[in-house]
Amino acid sequence: MLGFLKEPVVVTAEINVNLVALTVLALISRLWGLCYPRAVVFDEVYYGQFVSLYMKRIFFVDDSGPPFGHMLLALGGYLGGFDGNFLWNRIGAEYSMNVPVWSLRLLPALAGAFCVPLAYQILVELHFSHCAALGAALLILLENSLITQSRFMLLESILIFFILLAVLSYLKFYNLQKHSAFCGSWWFWLLLTGVACSCAVGVKYMGLFTYLLLLATAGLHFWHMIGDQNLSNVCSTACKRYYLSLFMVSLLCHFLARALALIIIPMGLYLSFFYVHLALLYRSGPHDQIMTSAFQASLEGGLARITQGQPLEVAYGSQITLRNVLGKPVQCWLHSHTNTYPIRYENGRGSSHQQQVTCYPFKDVNNWWIVKDPGMQQLVVSNPPRPVRHGHIVQLVHGITTRYLNTHDVAAPLSPHSQEVSCYIDYNISMPAQNLWRVEIVNRESDTDVWKTILSEVRFVHVNTSAVLKLSGASLPEWGYRQLEVVGEKLSKGYHQSMVWNVEEHRYGKSQEQKEREVELHSPTQMDISKNLSFMAKFTELQWKILTLKNEDTEHKYSSSALDWVTMDTNIAYWLHPTSGAQIHLLGNVATWASANAAALIYLCLSLWYLLRRRRRIYDIPEDAWQLWVSAGGICAGGWAVNYLPFFLMEKTLFLYHYLPAVTFQILLIPVVLQHLGDHLCRSVLLKSMLSALIVAWFSSVYFVYCTFSPLTYGQPALSPPELRALRWKDTWNILIRKH
Amino acid sequence: MGLNSLLSTATETRLQAGPAETRSSRQAPSRPSRGARTQQGRAEEGRAGRTAAPSPAPSGSGAREPRRGPGGPARPAAPPAATRPAALALVTLLSFASRFHRLREPPHVCWDETHFGKMGSYYINRTFFFDVHPPLGKMLIGLAGYLSGYDGTFPFQKPGDRYEQHNYIGMRGFCAFLGSCLVPFAYLTVLELSKSLPAALLTAFILIFDTGCITLSQYILLDPILMFFLMGAVLSMVKCNSRADRPFSASWWFWLSLTGVSLAGAMGVKFVGLFVVLLVGLNTIYDLWDLLGNLSLSLVTFGKHLLARVLCLIVLPLALYTAVFAVHFAVLNRSGPGDGFFSSAFQSQLIGNNLHNVSIPEHLAYGSVVTMKNLRMAGGYLHSHWHLYPEGVGARQQQVTAYLHKDLNNLWIIKKHDSDTDLSDPSSPVEFVRHGDIIRLEHKETSRNLHSHQHEAPLTRKHFQVTGYGINGTGDSNDFWRIEVVGRKTGKLIKVLRSRVRLTHVATGCILGSSGKTLPKWGWEQVEVTCTPYLKETPNSLWNFEDHINPKLPNISLDVLKPSFAEILLESHMVMIRGNSGLKPKDNEVTSKPWHWPINYQGLRFSGVNETDYRVYLLGNPVIWWLNLITIGLYLLITVCTAVALKRGVQLTSELKELSRVVLHAGGQITLGWLLHYLPFFMMGRVLYFHHYFPAMLFSSMLTGITWDALLRFCAVFLSPSTTARKVHGGGFLALVLLILYSFYLFHPLSYGMIGPMASNPSSPMAGLRWMDSWEF
Repeated sequence: MLGFLKEPVVVTAEINVNLVALTVLALISRLWGLCYPRAVVFDEVYYGQFVSLYMKRIFFVDDSGPPFGHMLLALGGYLGGFDGNFLWNRIGAEYSMNVPVWSLRLLPALAGAFCVPLAYQILVELHFSHCAALGAALLILLENSLITQSRFMLLESILIFFILLAVLSYLKFYNLQKHSAFCGSWWFWLLLTGVACSCAVGVKYMGLFTYLLLLATAGLHFWHMIGDQNLSNVCSTACKRYYLSLFMVSLLCHFLARALALIIIPMGLYLSFFYVHLALLYRSGPHDQIMTSAFQASLEGGLARITQGQPLEVAYGSQITLRNVLGKPVQCWLHSHTNTYPIRYENGRGSSHQQQVTCYPFKDVNNWWIVKDPGMQQLVVSNPPRPVRHGHIVQLVHGITTRYLNTHDVAAPLSPHSQEVSCYIDYNISMPAQNLWRVEIVNRESDTDVWKTILSEVRFVHVNTSAVLKLSGASLPEWGYRQLEVVGEKLSKGYHQSMVWNVEEHRYGKSQEQKEREVELHSPTQMDISKNLSFMAKFTELQWKILTLKNEDTEHKYSSSALDWVTMDTNIAYWLHPTSGAQIHLLGNVATWASANAAALIYLCLSLWYLLRRRRRIYDIPEDAWQLWVSAGGICAGGWAVNYLPFFLMEKTLFLYHYLPAVTFQILLIPVVLQHLGDHLCRSVLLKSMLSALIVAWFSSVYFVYCTFSPLTYGQPALSPPELRALRWKDTWNILIRKH
Repeated sequence: MGLNSLLSTATETRLQAGPAETRSSRQAPSRPSRGARTQQGRAEEGRAGRTAAPSPAPSGSGAREPRRGPGGPARPAAPPAATRPAALALVTLLSFASRFHRLREPPHVCWDETHFGKMGSYYINRTFFFDVHPPLGKMLIGLAGYLSGYDGTFPFQKPGDRYEQHNYIGMRGFCAFLGSCLVPFAYLTVLELSKSLPAALLTAFILIFDTGCITLSQYILLDPILMFFLMGAVLSMVKCNSRADRPFSASWWFWLSLTGVSLAGAMGVKFVGLFVVLLVGLNTIYDLWDLLGNLSLSLVTFGKHLLARVLCLIVLPLALYTAVFAVHFAVLNRSGPGDGFFSSAFQSQLIGNNLHNVSIPEHLAYGSVVTMKNLRMAGGYLHSHWHLYPEGVGARQQQVTAYLHKDLNNLWIIKKHDSDTDLSDPSSPVEFVRHGDIIRLEHKETSRNLHSHQHEAPLTRKHFQVTGYGINGTGDSNDFWRIEVVGRKTGKLIKVLRSRVRLTHVATGCILGSSGKTLPKWGWEQVEVTCTPYLKETPNSLWNFEDHINPKLPNISLDVLKPSFAEILLESHMVMIRGNSGLKPKDNEVTSKPWHWPINYQGLRFSGVNETDYRVYLLGNPVIWWLNLITIGLYLLITVCTAVALKRGVQLTSELKELSRVVLHAGGQITLGWLLHYLPFFMMGRVLYFHHYFPAMLFSSMLTGITWDALLRFCAVFLSPSTTARKVHGGGFLALVLLILYSFYLFHPLSYGMIGPMASNPSSPMAGLRWMDSWEF
């Protein structure tokens, strides 16, 4: 019972001094003078505004990626007591006193620093020597571009940290697999792989590719497990059968454990990022209008203030405004005004000369429409209200002009293949009113659903011509005040959001007289109900918006193409001191980048050579060395490829910093190749010592380049124009030199 | 030394493996039905076995057991040799009958016939035109029309135009002929891959009775031609593979080179042909990899293999492809609607073009009237017109755009920036424009100056707006431009057509360029012209002078500019690629999405809209398409099971081994084809249509044939002791065929035309068949 007392309590600690020293060095290199410059540096201007919005709990949409990275940055601001009051409007602006610069920049810097020990560990787990691991860590430590990127409020260093963490934990997990499956640390590393992967994806979508790489690796390893024939040769047939079934069960357990850790948990975590994001941001803000009315109404302030207390069910006599669901090119509401279509358009086509119907991007009293029962004259809601249901036929009366929404077989002004939509004026010519519309609720649950404010998405189908009311997206010329064209689409090819409308503002009409009604229309809506969107509905909408929202592809002074990155033909000026020549650039360590490229090339050529030779049954290196070569290459070269090649297919504006995750993997490849060269290709002692000498010389050149460019990395000390000119090693680099 | 020893041990192990295999095959239980087979069939098999035995199977790496399995006993239930030609004849006959039935109907232009018929006519009239596809398909259509007596006079203006007395049947017949060939091609491919007659027949029936394939083959379109070459390539690749045991024999060479020819054909019709090139390429790499691992082949033999493939699959297709373009440019030698898309030098080659055989002054002088063409591929002429930029788009001044067509509004006068003397006065001396001069460009029609200022450009927000400004040539200092020739020194003269010129705005330092983006309706959908502050050297910001009118200067002939064939080839490809990527869907336009296609979500209206029209609707036979869709899932399931079983080293009978070979290898090849012809569409930004799926659908149908046959066979093997075994296979096959036939009976009006109320109307005979709301027939 007290057996544990028989043994003395012993704590044995094993400390890898290398690792500790590296971590300390990394922390120093990343954290030194973190508050300098006390000004907005490059994309801080972009991420900063989101941090401010987090502090103020105002909702926003950022199409560049999921919210986890922004949240981490905001966490730094929160811990530093940032109140969010800073105008992020230009690069180089001086920070005011209330901005906790140090704590805002701390998290990325820490993440960047921890990449160094991670690199060391990865090489160790790949079964390379501690010397090679030390080399990899030092190269990462002395990489100017990684230092620059980690020292500011940017996301790349965090992304790289999570990517490396995911790779390391997978390797740890895989190495534990052979001896101690299902033990505590096995589970720990497996779960950590999943968690790190989802964090990486949550920071930037680029993390997805590393996640896929790890999934593929895990799949491959599992495939080898299936084919593991060791068990079947152990004993006699009867016992073999027993072992086989046992093996199948354990195989199933392995599969389930991996599926749980690598698929289900990451998905859950990813959802939770959004959950926290939406829970934190509950106030309406500048990005509201790209969301649907229902989403907007769920935010505090903004639309919710207007729609709060509206009646839910649209009834005959309801006064409503109708918003187009598409929200592109801008959000707009169905609108009409007293002006008519011109008798002849510029191109000579004729119109009906009836009252214009448009879509108008601003709130206006002319956006109000009244739902009328075709069989009755009254424009007020009866008591009790008679709700409008799916499939009902209604007339829509324009509130201010009391004309009926109408469409007929006349070509629309800008889309001649569609019908013109107008408010009907009886000119007493042979053109009868065709103003009956069938209400079709698109997102109905049953065919008797009631038309609901904000929640229902509705199509209006014209009864006579079965045309559908649609926003064409074109904007009318001068005579239509550049408002957006609304047409009746005859050949409706399936569902498109431009054909769907929802009620946004709504009240039950009370005044039968036109004059009273006008007063009523001008007054704000007031009544009482509440609506809440479920988290999944909000998540789906927000995720969809993030993925589909396209910023106009902008040209940037420092944008570059993916091809420029390998040779580092481009740089980015991050910051320039307002008076002196001190400046910060995103510039890699030239020596490291060049040798990384060389390593990748050597790796490729050697692999191809070995592969072809092995195919002819010629084995140049022992089998375990080959396995090592393949697995290290799969992770390092594979990581480089998946983080780099996808950029060739992307159509967005690209910058040099997009290459940093890829280059990190490429750097890890250098010691891999060097150790392989030393172990297997330099057979004689002389060659080996020559290689070591070369490595030492090369390392000192890396250090030399690091020192040379460190003024551009840390922004101090300020350099004079001739010194700056001397640093312009490539003509394509854009180093800023003041003219005096 | 090490190499030698390695080689010898390897061959030893191989030799040891040989007898072991035969032993296992001998041990395999012999099927009762084998005794019933005809003498002839067995003799054939015996021969196949013998030829396979001495020459090692090329694919036989140790790991890939199934492929090496001796052919003899593994081949189940091969039918008597006589039934195969009969089946082929039957299939071909049915195919031709279904495609040629009611070929004349409807006697008016249907859907894209308006394009491709028109382009066929252009070949007959030898008028130059521009299209986003390579020329082979349209050339063949033109040839068919020419041979069948069509004179090229029908205008093909819009769908619905009646052909009247014009002879269109030749062109339609040609396409239908090629479309009919797809069925025997698919039949032979599947037969070769699976060695199973039922699988081949099932595939053939699916394709014969698919309404979509019928409709697509009956009109003057590129798709039947493309699919003909595509299937031709697949068939000859498969045939060539099956002759791998007799490399360098005559038939091997024949099929290999035929593969190359078909590849060239497929690429020559549409760029989608690239996918089949990829398929063949991957297959070839896999093949070569196998050969490399075969240690009984010396490296010299391997080199021969490699060389043969390079010759037949790379050199030959490239040569043919180039030849197609050579013919294209040789035939089309008259100016036509496509001129403006090409560079000035190219245009001077076309008879009737205003640059053809003309002579213009060589050096630019003040007072010259010129047109300026942007140097990006398919760049337009600098253009202006009497319309202002709309409100909210920069300053409300006159629009300046790039316009692809020749027009009087493209003319500009070069003036000095500081003096406004009338340079047209014949007595004044000629003064040449020199590199580095500051000039003013006045628009001839509207007398406004080319102008720029620091307002944002309409589409490219970070560039500056370019406008026409001033009245009668009087403007301000924002109208001054420095003219510079790329790669020249100050003071040099500027040559028409040959000098590549950059115009720098003096006040802001930006460069005149064309962004390549299309302006909205207010800009007449012409191309945006901006002044870019980013001083990168791209063709977007380079211009050349094309027309040049100056009565005071002597003229020179333009023949010196004749471009080489390689330049023409490169240019036409750039223009086509640009054209293709320019086919972007407009905002708020409902477009077909790739995921719609396999589920047959929505068809295409070929002809007729109203109830009284003769309506044809391109829609796959839903029963067949959904069967195909299910089969893909089924195939995946079977593959995973088989692969896991093989990986676990489960002992299989020879019959099952053969089945798994068919499923994994043949099915894998076809699935790869399907993936290659389908997945890339998800990444395409251009407008997509339903008919883009049909090449993939061919593969999907072949997969259906192979999978169902394998599945039924597998069931039969499981039941093999009982008497129902054969019945299961036969019955299942028959049920599938009957299902296909019945569905064709139901849906045949889609292809052969319907008149009467629309299907959305309950009184229509097709009303009950409108299984999805999105179908509009």
